[in-house]
Amino acid sequence: MDKEFLENRLNINRRHFLGKMALGLGSAAVGSLMLPDLFKGSAGGSADLPLGIKHFASKAKRIIMLTQNGAPSQLESFDYKPLLNKLYGQDLPESIRQGQRITGMTSKQDRLPLVGSKFGFKQYGQAGTWVSELFPNIAKMADDICVIKTMHTEAINHDPALTFFQTGAQVGNRPSMGAWLSYGLGSENENLPAYTVLLSKGKGNGQGVYSKLWSNGFLDSTHQGVQFSASEDPILYLNNPEGTSKQGRRKMLDHLSEMNQMGYEEFGDPEIQAKIKQYEMAFRMQTAVPEVTDLTNEPDHIIKMYGSDCLVPGTYASNCLLARKLSESGVRFVQLYHQGWDQHNNLGRDMPLQAKDVDRASAALIQDLKQRGLLDETLVIWGGEFGRTNYCQGELSENSYGRDHHPRCFSMWMAGGGVKAGITHGETDEFGYNIIKDPVHVHDLQATILHLMGLDHEKLTYKYLGRRFRLTDVHGHVVKNIIA
Amino acid sequence: MKVPKVVDYNFHVRPILSDKCFACHGPDKLNQKGGLRLDTPEGAYAALEGHKEAYAIVKGSPEKSMAYLRIMTDDSTLMMPPPVSNLKLNEYEKKVIGKWIEQGAEYKPHWAFVKPESPTLPQVDMGEWTNNEIDYFILNKLEGIGLTPNPEADKARLLKRVSFDLTGLPPSLELQEAFINDDSEEAYEKVVDKLLSNKHYGEKMAVHWLDIARYADSHGYQDDGLRTMWPWRDWVIHAFNQNYSFDKFLTWQLAGDLLPEENIEATLATGFNRNHKITQEGGVIDEEYRVEYVTDRTNTLGKAFLGMTFECAKCHDHKYDPISQKNYFETFAFFDKVPEKGLYKIDRNFADPPLMKITSEMIDSLLTFINKKAEEPVEVMVMKDKPGIRDTYILGRGVYDAKGEVVTFGTPSAILPFDTMKFDQNRLGLSEWLLSEEHPLTSRVFVNRIWQEFFGKGIVKTTGDFGMQGDLPTHPQLLDWLATDFKSDWDIKRLIKTIVMSATYKQSSVTDKKKLSIDPENKYYARMSRSRFGAEMIRDMVFASSGLLNPEIGGPSVKPYQPDGLWEAAASGRGMLSIYDQDHGDALYRRGIYTFIKRTVPPPVMLTFDASSRDQCEVRRVTTSTPLQALIMLNDPTVLEGARVLAENLSSEDIADDNKVEKAFKLIVCRSPKPQEKELLISYLKEQKEHFTDHPELAEDFIKVGEYPAKEGRDSVQVAALMQVIHSIYNLEETITRS
Repeated sequence: MDKEFLENRLNINRRHFLGKMALGLGSAAVGSLMLPDLFKGSAGGSADLPLGIKHFASKAKRIIMLTQNGAPSQLESFDYKPLLNKLYGQDLPESIRQGQRITGMTSKQDRLPLVGSKFGFKQYGQAGTWVSELFPNIAKMADDICVIKTMHTEAINHDPALTFFQTGAQVGNRPSMGAWLSYGLGSENENLPAYTVLLSKGKGNGQGVYSKLWSNGFLDSTHQGVQFSASEDPILYLNNPEGTSKQGRRKMLDHLSEMNQMGYEEFGDPEIQAKIKQYEMAFRMQTAVPEVTDLTNEPDHIIKMYGSDCLVPGTYASNCLLARKLSESGVRFVQLYHQGWDQHNNLGRDMPLQAKDVDRASAALIQDLKQRGLLDETLVIWGGEFGRTNYCQGELSENSYGRDHHPRCFSMWMAGGGVKAGITHGETDEFGYNIIKDPVHVHDLQATILHLMGLDHEKLTYKYLGRRFRLTDVHGHVVKNIIA
Repeated sequence: MKVPKVVDYNFHVRPILSDKCFACHGPDKLNQKGGLRLDTPEGAYAALEGHKEAYAIVKGSPEKSMAYLRIMTDDSTLMMPPPVSNLKLNEYEKKVIGKWIEQGAEYKPHWAFVKPESPTLPQVDMGEWTNNEIDYFILNKLEGIGLTPNPEADKARLLKRVSFDLTGLPPSLELQEAFINDDSEEAYEKVVDKLLSNKHYGEKMAVHWLDIARYADSHGYQDDGLRTMWPWRDWVIHAFNQNYSFDKFLTWQLAGDLLPEENIEATLATGFNRNHKITQEGGVIDEEYRVEYVTDRTNTLGKAFLGMTFECAKCHDHKYDPISQKNYFETFAFFDKVPEKGLYKIDRNFADPPLMKITSEMIDSLLTFINKKAEEPVEVMVMKDKPGIRDTYILGRGVYDAKGEVVTFGTPSAILPFDTMKFDQNRLGLSEWLLSEEHPLTSRVFVNRIWQEFFGKGIVKTTGDFGMQGDLPTHPQLLDWLATDFKSDWDIKRLIKTIVMSATYKQSSVTDKKKLSIDPENKYYARMSRSRFGAEMIRDMVFASSGLLNPEIGGPSVKPYQPDGLWEAAASGRGMLSIYDQDHGDALYRRGIYTFIKRTVPPPVMLTFDASSRDQCEVRRVTTSTPLQALIMLNDPTVLEGARVLAENLSSEDIADDNKVEKAFKLIVCRSPKPQEKELLISYLKEQKEHFTDHPELAEDFIKVGEYPAKEGRDSVQVAALMQVIHSIYNLEETITRS
């Protein structure tokens, strides 16, 4: 029988057997734990998707995604283009632009003068990966990361581009990557959600984030990203009200359970049993979550590694450390957003501040996972939603320049989780404008991420309003060359 | 599954063909592999491309039908569907297709595109159980599968059910008392009539409509600034309360600006089509977003009124339904004549043109239902046409600048052709088309959604998809009876009254092993389905039962308690909505429908309880059960404050503790506690009194919650103990369940 029928039976059965219902442990995963028979003996064979079970073996079990919200310039980070320094102030040749559309912010500019990076580049590691001086710590990890210089996307503005990156479509309320993974693989820890989101703000021009970026879309809302913070209430409404002790709460829950049980006896509705379990799980979360989010017990050498900022709740560094703890505890997908990378002007002043926010902690995260033996099974992804133009937006002067949005090429890096370490993938032209070798479309990256997690992007589907939806829509090819 | 004796195209075959074959052999002209289409008899019976003697389907002869042979083969290079599609037919499906061909391979038009005719009432054995027509259709099926319906729910449960269903609020103690003691035949009907004329009925009905209309208080993209569409929301509540007929309700919203005589109220109603998101992101390409808005209106028309997935046909012909890309843009054309831009200046725009300015004078005379507080006029976005402003093109792959052929106004002819001799060539004509006597969908789609609101799911479960891939109706005749009956006068209150007066609706929701195993989903209605309250209803229940409810109707949306920093952490820092400026006083206790919806950061409690983010048209909310919901009921100050205020009020009443507990229980659960429950609660209260007497400082802390002023002279130990018990009652499963 086909997958939808299975889902349907699972939903029905869930009502009967909600013995182990857990947050973020989707209906499917519950089914796979408790109703293994459902996945046996079905006539469908390999085309079926037994959710909660991978399509094939894989190294990566978890993802930490470090989204640099606002789009950091590839030309000042990982894509070294000395020609632009030579051609300073000259117009972008039409032979390079090739009629490509540009945003409303520079389309009315008389000229599109080229500008090179004011920050120096050097090669690092065995592979000689080019990294700019703004990221000295990430540079030290050159042999652990895989830089992709040839990312490209379809959107030229932040909102649609971020939405595209996360959901595979520029508009509409489709499920985000983390929701798909929660749906496909379920949770590893029954006291924590499978998909968590951490926000931080940099000092540069901010573009905001939107909860649709961690939406469950048409999937069950147990797959929605749950926002976490390193504050007193790490997730909303976690703490007991004032004047209530843990023992007091326990007593209340016992009374509730007893009365709900009376309701069950009257109505016979399995949802009542489920509710009793939900309350028990909420109670367990009240202990489990603060244990994970408490960073005060981290040893000094860890604090040093991430930088002292990591003790300030809500900073990027603190979120990186928290990400490690959540991931280590089995959270399938930890999503960070660091805002402030939108350097339309005064890039020279603002980008170093942004880089300083993230450089040390990003590198520390890789190091930390590595020393715990977790890097192999954890995929770390770093990058923004598009790139920036090789020409200047606004006034061009020796000390000051800005860059507009550029969808045709941008750089990202990945580490761990079955990705080749110490390589650079793809080439852009000397102008840093077009891709000349091995392009990686956003859908390709999504397909590759799912592949690394053991899922076939063409098979991870959900039928909604008559159509089988995928994260990669009807596109995407796994980038085999970067897989170890 | 057993293959039926007589295989029916619509009920047995088409769901298989559509799901497994139409993607490559369906209506999408550009993607008919091997030139074969199986969605029409002409296509299926014709000679195969390049073969004069071979046919996909030969009536009566599966062994000569290439389509059948290809699905039966084990050769993976020939197998259909091909393995690469990740689709597969199971044994049952193969047998059904084989038998259908054997029996003559007869095609039938899609059920939903055939005009509904009023069916005759089916025969039933247990006629004494029935209250009205609905029950005949339900009972007939039940008798067929050997299930008997439940007896009527007990009076208290029934009253709670109908009260929440019609007004979203619990019945008052007086109403509970009066109904329980009214032994007359008409007791229930009297209550129904009373609730239908209650001013809160309109609010309850509006919640669902706001999901469909993707109503929100912010623009929705990036900076996500404030918009003032709330007067349109006030109109929706008014329209339901006044029981505007559905034809008027529809016409005004789609084309109120085009009526023969100018009508300010009808123009306001057209705000329906301006509720879509609007970008404020500097640098976007204007036309790209203008096209996006027209797209949203077109898709919303499809989903809200036609129950069709129109959006699939924007980039290519629909893969399953007979909606061509040309049809899509012909329908798109109706919404494409608006003098508007994709991007206006950011920040200070609460309403982008075209808009109407509503002044206090207008409210005094014509728009009396608008609850405007400020002196200044309020601006609302509305529809307006400028004929000839632009041509509408088929857009290649749906991309805004890939202009192809110019199209004029039209609709998918498989549903019902757009007769230009009969209908105006504008949105008014479009609404005439929707409401025309021959239209197969409009009435079915609407009654199905109303049914969903009362039974938890539609007769067609996929309320947004009546097409080939949608679910089949569980009770097709009932659906058609309701649709044709509704069409006779488009009277919404009459439709709803018919539903709530039926024996089907009034059944108890008790279930047993037999019913659960034969009908776990309750498709056949041998019991009433239990369902958790929607997000707004939970909030309203807390306020109404505790006495905190501010019953005011309409006006600008309000910002109640919300955990600190949510807007601030996500905002770009630009615009009026960067900082959450919480309201105080009475505004904190408004009904959930008035909670401010900022699209990029929707109210977290609402979202956790499965409310729509109002990103786009939604016709059905899912219901989940998660521990995050438990945490809200346990720790959200809104619930705790309700418990505190009710405890204060009851503490000051001169009645015994037993009665206090009983009264709280009746207010919250809407019935008297059973002896066991009462006993447990009373001993809990005693225990809590001892606890707080020993720890008066904890009592002080516990009763601090909320901004509502503390009752003077309250005894904190007494209040805290009672509050703890009341808080437990709020957390009972039954409290937020419609059973």
